[in-house]
Amino acid sequence: MKVKVMYFARYRELLGIDAERLEGDFKVLDDVRQALAGKGGHYAVLAEQNLMCARNEELCRLDEPLEEGDEIAFFPPVTGG
Amino acid sequence: MAVRVQEAAFDPGAEVNAMHAANVGVGAVVGFVGYVRDFNDGREVAGMFLEHYPGMTEKALAKIVVEAEGRWPLLKVEVLHRIGALEPGEPIVFVGVASAHRQAAFDACNFIMDYLKTRAPFWKKENTQQGPRWVEGKQSDQDAAGRWD
Repeated sequence: MKVKVMYFARYRELLGIDAERLEGDFKVLDDVRQALAGKGGHYAVLAEQNLMCARNEELCRLDEPLEEGDEIAFFPPVTGG
Repeated sequence: MAVRVQEAAFDPGAEVNAMHAANVGVGAVVGFVGYVRDFNDGREVAGMFLEHYPGMTEKALAKIVVEAEGRWPLLKVEVLHRIGALEPGEPIVFVGVASAHRQAAFDACNFIMDYLKTRAPFWKKENTQQGPRWVEGKQSDQDAAGRWD
């Protein structure tokens, strides 16, 4: 399955990229997070407890099922307002 | 309902006045304006940059407004949030709610801000004398949003 992964704010800065394409045997969003966090280095930030995520521009939980071509985003807690 | 995410500054007074807009059924308008402060979490703040997730941010705000409209009888709702570079004293956010009676407008405005703070993808990066820093999410904001569950 191919997905697009986007990063925002502190995660984007730390990783040095705002998006990347990934291919793998992903069932739920957490599979993508674990695959990335397992790469080590700055990707370890994706193991943060308060990480937030979205699938196709909607907030979701880590157990959200994925489909081919999904746009996933990982970001730290939001701080608008 | 209108949701606007923009770099441009806005006039809070004009926004509040526009909430009535000749609708004589409106008996109450509640307007919330959030401003950039010059001090936060122990440091002087010289300015900040607001990052967002283009596309999702607008959708997330619209979803919050729809939820508010489902909970209270509202006549008009406006949410305006700025992005980009901001200086202390500048307005960041405006939430305006119009209804026939005050309680719905007060409650809905409060609800929209609590959900915006915890569900709309915006991130603040402050410029301080000790260097730039990302603002961290607060548990008190999560608790405030939780009371509407």
